[in-house]
Amino acid sequence: MRRVEVSGLSAWFGPKQVLRDVSMVAEPRAVTAIIGPSGCGKSTLIRCINRMHEEVRGARVQGKVLFDGRDVYAPDADPVEIRRRIGMVFQRANPFPTMSIFDNAVAGLRLAGRMPRDELHEQAERALRAAGLWDEVKDRLGEPGGKLSGGQQQRLCIARALAVEPEVLLLDEPASALDPASTLRIEELVQELKEQYTVVIVTHNMQQAARVSDWTLFMLYGEVVEFAPTQKVFTRPDDRRTEDYVTGRFG
Amino acid sequence: MSATGGPDRVSSVSGRRRAKDRAFTVFLWTCGGLALLPLVLIVVYVVGRGYSALSVNFFTKEPAGPIDPAAGGIAQAFLGTGIIVGMAAAFSIPLGILTAIYLSEYGNGRVANVIRFVAEILLSTPSIVAGVFVAAVLVTAMHTFSALAGSIALTVLMWPVIARATEEILRLVPQDLREGALALGIPRWKVILRVVIPTAGAGILTSIMLALARGLGETAPILVTALGSDFISTNPGQPMDALPLRIYNYARQPVEALQTFAWGAATMLLLAVLLLSIAARILASRQQRRLS
Amino acid sequence: MLGGQGEPAFRRFGLGFLIGRNWDPVHESFGALPYVFGTLVTAAIAIVLAVPIAVGLAIFLNDTHGWFTHPLAIFVDVLAAIPSVVYGLWGLYVLGPVLQNHVEPFLTDTIGRVPLLGRLFQGTPTGGDLFTAGVVLAIMILPIVTAVSREVIAVVPRDLREAAKALGATRYETIRMAVLPYARSGLVGATMLGLGRALGETIAVSMVVGGGRSIGFGLFNAGSTIPSVIASQFLNAQNIGFHRSALLALAVVLVSIALVLAAASRLLVRRTAKLVQAPTAESVAEGPALRISG
Repeated sequence: MRRVEVSGLSAWFGPKQVLRDVSMVAEPRAVTAIIGPSGCGKSTLIRCINRMHEEVRGARVQGKVLFDGRDVYAPDADPVEIRRRIGMVFQRANPFPTMSIFDNAVAGLRLAGRMPRDELHEQAERALRAAGLWDEVKDRLGEPGGKLSGGQQQRLCIARALAVEPEVLLLDEPASALDPASTLRIEELVQELKEQYTVVIVTHNMQQAARVSDWTLFMLYGEVVEFAPTQKVFTRPDDRRTEDYVTGRFG
Repeated sequence: MSATGGPDRVSSVSGRRRAKDRAFTVFLWTCGGLALLPLVLIVVYVVGRGYSALSVNFFTKEPAGPIDPAAGGIAQAFLGTGIIVGMAAAFSIPLGILTAIYLSEYGNGRVANVIRFVAEILLSTPSIVAGVFVAAVLVTAMHTFSALAGSIALTVLMWPVIARATEEILRLVPQDLREGALALGIPRWKVILRVVIPTAGAGILTSIMLALARGLGETAPILVTALGSDFISTNPGQPMDALPLRIYNYARQPVEALQTFAWGAATMLLLAVLLLSIAARILASRQQRRLS
Repeated sequence: MLGGQGEPAFRRFGLGFLIGRNWDPVHESFGALPYVFGTLVTAAIAIVLAVPIAVGLAIFLNDTHGWFTHPLAIFVDVLAAIPSVVYGLWGLYVLGPVLQNHVEPFLTDTIGRVPLLGRLFQGTPTGGDLFTAGVVLAIMILPIVTAVSREVIAVVPRDLREAAKALGATRYETIRMAVLPYARSGLVGATMLGLGRALGETIAVSMVVGGGRSIGFGLFNAGSTIPSVIASQFLNAQNIGFHRSALLALAVVLVSIALVLAAASRLLVRRTAKLVQAPTAESVAEGPALRISG
């Protein structure tokens, strides 16, 4: 039901093709990691899932992404709607600088319509707790979002994404700009989140993928090389190239 | 799905949100359309009404008497504009370029900052004030209105444009270029003259064009300094006419022939200014491509 | 230069000072109030009309992509180059009659009847009025407010737009939530630049404003502004000492206000640019200065 199935997906930036006939599945209540060297199309892939890819000028997509049984790219599908149900956290934390921590957390909720103040507070608390940030900010919810540290800002973005209660969570290298301590916290968070969501995480850090995910997708030059349970990918991969990559034989 | 009924409540993008989004899109497109209107309307009307005034007489004769105003022309205004703006250009262009060179190549000290500050002030000054100031000083001192005073007023307005725009252009010339030349043992002033300026050439030309477009169109400053006149004259020490002054004058006359002349003069001014602006733009984009 | 500029005015002002402070205020408030009023009113009309369209245009040009965006931008920018006297001529014979013979009577009959607001939409234009002047001013300041707004909006980081979009925001919501709050100070700066230009505009206004001395609510009455009165009276005030000094004093006031506005606007535009801390910040702040010309 909350399954995401990508089928025969190709994507272009103008004339340049960046994804070639990609197929994979993200199961609910599991973490699916996407790994591969820089430029292999990992970020493009998840941005196609919530239709963010097309926001770039000249970007084009072909193929299917099935979510909840329906193709996200169907002519009558609404990207705005889809993005509400599929949340995204970006590589660089991007809280709204002019908004307070509280306002950032409930930004998505406010879009959906009016909610009484106390209910907003409940939701904000819920989301901030889920993101592991509540204890650190509960006394200063009115402060600007930009004042937090990098790791905290990223968790705020996670809270913001969680507040609207999406069904899928896409994380695009969420910890790559963070220090090891914050990275650890994010990884722990991902483990907690999988209880409730379908999580897809892109990472350039193989060890992170190995630690955190249940399924792993290995990509190279826009194509899928191997898609299998994480255990297998890292211990007995089928494809030679996967083996080379995970053993560090190349980039 | 969840206890608080979240997804159900927020699951669909409501009609209201859509409606707002659509209304906003309509608003944006309306703004776009509205933006087209003024230019089109102005050009169409001005040229439409001024076209009939453009005759040989128009360009070569002085105003005729009240009996048959249509028989005359505004030759003195064309000549006057040429002289006044020409003098202003002769003052402001060298001064502006030299200032720009000083500011970009040598200027990081207090003197430079003061100059920049003054240029800023002059740029934000309403043109009437510049005119009034020059009038209060020069016209009083000379005991007469004069083309010279007019051109000085215009210089005050044109110099900052050239100075600032040229400074920006010069700054864009890559430092490597200068350093390469200096490393070859070429003296500083030669580097500027032979290397920096030619590279920035088109950009400097653009600044000049922009300043010229401004100078041609200004009315208020020359109104109170050069006054205007009905006679062809080349004496810079005496009042002189100019196109904008003529338009300002004739526009308010109840004589139709004179009004037509005003439209004709406006047509010529419009043409000149539009050509300069568009040419400046084309040059500027070519310059950008050269430097990047 | 500032000193030199003020000197004649203050030298003569000083004479008035000798005769006594009471003289001056009497002279000023008798003479100057209609002009101050006219200046403020026409500028206000210009801002109210031009800023929403300018900001809308700026958003439109930034957000929409097509073959027409570049030419449209040029169309708007070129408006800034049109000489003020041509605006005046056009305003006097084309826009003025349309407004005074059609639009204004219509407005007087409709909104003019509404209790409080209606008082604004009243009056008898005689050869020009404050409203017409305001409309012409609006067209004249449109290019510069648009240009600066465009720069300010273009500088908003893509990250923020993406964050809003990823939350499922519509285009309108994205702009409201991510773009506008960020660009807010810069947009205010753009408005101030437009205001400065509107306050200083002389010739076009003097041709369409009617030359009256209205103080009061009716926008459709003939009025005057400080620049327009300086332009129309300066030549006649040559030999009358105090008249001239009063006009010069007004000129000084005008310049001061224009300067303060220009400085404030640069500060505000810089503040928006600072939020980005990109190398482009410098040019964003410097750009507007060059556009005031024309």
